[in-house]
Amino acid sequence: MITLLIIFFPLLAALMLLFVKGEQVKNIALGAAIVEFALCLVAFVQYQHGNTTQFEVTYSWIQSLGINFHVGMDGISLLMVALTTFLVPVIILASFSNQYRNPSVFYSLLLAMQFALVGVFVSLDGFLFYIFWELALIPIYFICLLWGGENRARITFKFFVYTLTGSLLMLGGLIYLYLHTEGAHSFDINALYKAGQSLPLSGQGYVFWAMFMAFAIKMPIFPFHTWQPDTYTVAPAPGTMMLSGIMLKMGTYGVIRWLLPVAPLGVEHWAHLAIGLSVIGIVYASCIAIVQKDFKRLIAYSSIAHVGLISAGILAANVQGVQGGVIQMLSHGVNVVGLFFIVDLLQKRYGTREIAALGGIRNLNPQFAVLFLFVLLGSVALPLTNGFVGEFLLLNGVYQYNAWWAAFGGLSVILGAVYMLRSYQTIMLGETNSVTATFTPLNGNEKTVLIILCAAIIVFGVYPKPLLDIAEPSVVKLVEGVRVAMGK
Amino acid sequence: MKALILLSSLGVLSLLAEIFSFKKLLYPLVLLGLTVTFVLNIGEWNTNVTYFKMMTFDNFAVAFSSVIIVVAFLWFLMAEGFFKEESSQTDHYALILFALVGALLMVSYTNMTMLFLGIEILSIPMYILAGSKKDDLSSNEAAFKYLIMGAFATGFLLFGITLIYGSTGSFDLTEIQNAVSVPGKVPGIFYTGVLLMLVGMAFKVSAAPFHFWAPDVYQGAPTMMTAFMATIVKTAAMAAFLRLFDTTFVRVSGTWTEVLWVMAALTLLVGNITAVFQTSTKRMLAYSSVAHAGYMLLALISANVYSSPGILFYTLAYSIGSIATFCIVSVVVNARGDDGIHSFNGLAKTNPLLAGIMTIALLSLAGIPPTAGFFAKYYIFTSAFMAGNVGLVLIAIVASLIGVYYYFRIIIAMYFKEGKHEEVDVDMNHKILLIVIAFAIVALGIFPDVVVRLL
Repeated sequence: MITLLIIFFPLLAALMLLFVKGEQVKNIALGAAIVEFALCLVAFVQYQHGNTTQFEVTYSWIQSLGINFHVGMDGISLLMVALTTFLVPVIILASFSNQYRNPSVFYSLLLAMQFALVGVFVSLDGFLFYIFWELALIPIYFICLLWGGENRARITFKFFVYTLTGSLLMLGGLIYLYLHTEGAHSFDINALYKAGQSLPLSGQGYVFWAMFMAFAIKMPIFPFHTWQPDTYTVAPAPGTMMLSGIMLKMGTYGVIRWLLPVAPLGVEHWAHLAIGLSVIGIVYASCIAIVQKDFKRLIAYSSIAHVGLISAGILAANVQGVQGGVIQMLSHGVNVVGLFFIVDLLQKRYGTREIAALGGIRNLNPQFAVLFLFVLLGSVALPLTNGFVGEFLLLNGVYQYNAWWAAFGGLSVILGAVYMLRSYQTIMLGETNSVTATFTPLNGNEKTVLIILCAAIIVFGVYPKPLLDIAEPSVVKLVEGVRVAMGK
Repeated sequence: MKALILLSSLGVLSLLAEIFSFKKLLYPLVLLGLTVTFVLNIGEWNTNVTYFKMMTFDNFAVAFSSVIIVVAFLWFLMAEGFFKEESSQTDHYALILFALVGALLMVSYTNMTMLFLGIEILSIPMYILAGSKKDDLSSNEAAFKYLIMGAFATGFLLFGITLIYGSTGSFDLTEIQNAVSVPGKVPGIFYTGVLLMLVGMAFKVSAAPFHFWAPDVYQGAPTMMTAFMATIVKTAAMAAFLRLFDTTFVRVSGTWTEVLWVMAALTLLVGNITAVFQTSTKRMLAYSSVAHAGYMLLALISANVYSSPGILFYTLAYSIGSIATFCIVSVVVNARGDDGIHSFNGLAKTNPLLAGIMTIALLSLAGIPPTAGFFAKYYIFTSAFMAGNVGLVLIAIVASLIGVYYYFRIIIAMYFKEGKHEEVDVDMNHKILLIVIAFAIVALGIFPDVVVRLL
């Protein structure tokens, strides 16, 4: 029941918002998002530690095709839902000082997107998963198209077609699996697992590539990333935060929940290539990030590097890797939203995002400097910040798979420190210049957002155990299933 | 059958309206008649009556008839203006109603003569109505082209029927099927006949390479007639195609599947790629309609359990989506006097409701969930996958992506491009109709089972 509430409450709120006029829209949207977070907390409290899927709900949906409305949460799903419901209110609060045309439509789309994202994370039916997966694309497309920056029509369209290509391939893969399920065909997750695992290597190879493409484009992994920097740059700040903070996790989550179990042999056979691409992406994106002049673009590229490591760790298909992937998905979500928020703060104040044009802001507002530093350290994975826990586990996981890939993947930490610290140095330290002569102090909302994010960064860096405890049993169960199917 | 009789009498009645001067009553009368027809038609569900070995109202026929009647009802609601404009209006009612009679024959025939009669009864009113804007040159051109090309296709069809009759000695579908059940004993001319009929039917559903008439006719004809041709005519032709090839000729599928495979691939690619380069909205929709025939051919080739429900759902989803788009296109084009895509610039600002519904309809045509169009495509893909036509599915996926490109051009024009236009006036009837269709598109996308499990 709680699952249904968590899924449909944002949709309801989104529809209601369409009929609200005036300044109240923001507050109502925030209120709805907070209620949604509270619902998620209720689920957290009721959740019983273990490796079972809980809060399951099944309704017959399209009987003739064996499609059910089947949702439920295990540890991994619960954490993803928690991330979504935590970030959406933060993102809405972060947008409080911005003025958007037609705010009711804007916030309605944000909440509609939350609905689809939650749906993706709790679906236990292949068809339902696909519907939510596609559904998430429509609101963000319109958010970018209607409120984005220059050249948005072309860029958002590229984004749409790119991700749709992946989705359609995944649909092909799902139908292929569906037609191999036993008896009367079914889209149920366990039936699909079984069908996938009983396929020969060649069949699993097709499934692997069909689904991997969809996830690789969504994350994105090199060389399918070309839509990402443009889209992140052109999207309005809340859109960028949704895209990078949550939507990107659809891809990594998809790999864990769907790709690994339905095509274990395919994963085993192709992992070298897939992990190779991820690791190449890490180094490549980090190098490009170093030479970026636009701070928003720099973070977009850094996101490719981070997600590359997540994907490499997950595809290594061992407990540490997947566990690290789950934790890092949470950390990256929090950190990248923080970073994009800081970009937005700077842009609002100075009208530019060019790193070289800024400088000396620390002298003007030390408080902001400290908060920025925390977010930044989390993102470069300094020990005792949230980024460290995940990154450590991920590298450990990749190392177990192949030491060389781990060594290259480890470069992400070093290169990440290079570009992040360098940009911090240029933007915050040194002397103020004509552009940065004054710094409008942070207002209450902005401060709240940064403090919430910093608190999350530190708390889960120092004491990640609760998250690990929730994730671990489910991860162990899933990975063991996969490894048995691989014959290990 | 009752539906057929009622529609025919309604047609005759509307011819009398001019003489006995109850023209004003005719429009509500027709709407009422269609409602009754729908009910009568549903009443024949599961009865499976065959009439004189000529027609059978099995569930296949009833389901497709229902789609045709529902779409016709929506079409009448949309096309009220079409009947008001002209000086002699009652003949238009009669022609449309007779065309519907032809459409119903095409979904229920069990005899080749009935198929032929159905096609002709449907086509002849279409030839006339395509040219119903008498003072418009392009409308006349459309009618003339349609007549010539249509007659040509009918020739092929008739020749095919003759050869099949010559080799099997029967017009009856079951008897033909039985006659060719022993593979070695089928005379060669039978196969020729099948292929000629394939060409004839491909003309009617506008499948490439026999689609050349469609864009010119669709663009030239009055918008309302274009909508009629793109929805009802296509549904009927597709159902006729399906009945003929997936039941009667299925035993000799070796002869035609490969031909149809190539035709489907060509239709998908030619339709979608050419649509990208169109500047006129109507012409673009014409090519998109060609492309949609291609998707449906996928299910036809597969000839399995998913084929009939797949095509049934597809025709319904595609038809209501098209009715909505054509309605909005005609409203916008009338107001702005130009059918270029730029007429839609800034529509989201002036008419948010219209733009929103257009978006839903276009998303459905492009096959994006949770709209009906997505599920229709899903079903077709599953059917093709099951039959092992993976290559065709891949082509269809590429084609859908291209499709997204041109459908989104209108969406981008509405939401992104600045327009200098005034607000477009939409009358209340159209507004209600469009809202209902928008809901139907989403509802069918979420609960497709209602329709799909019928067949």
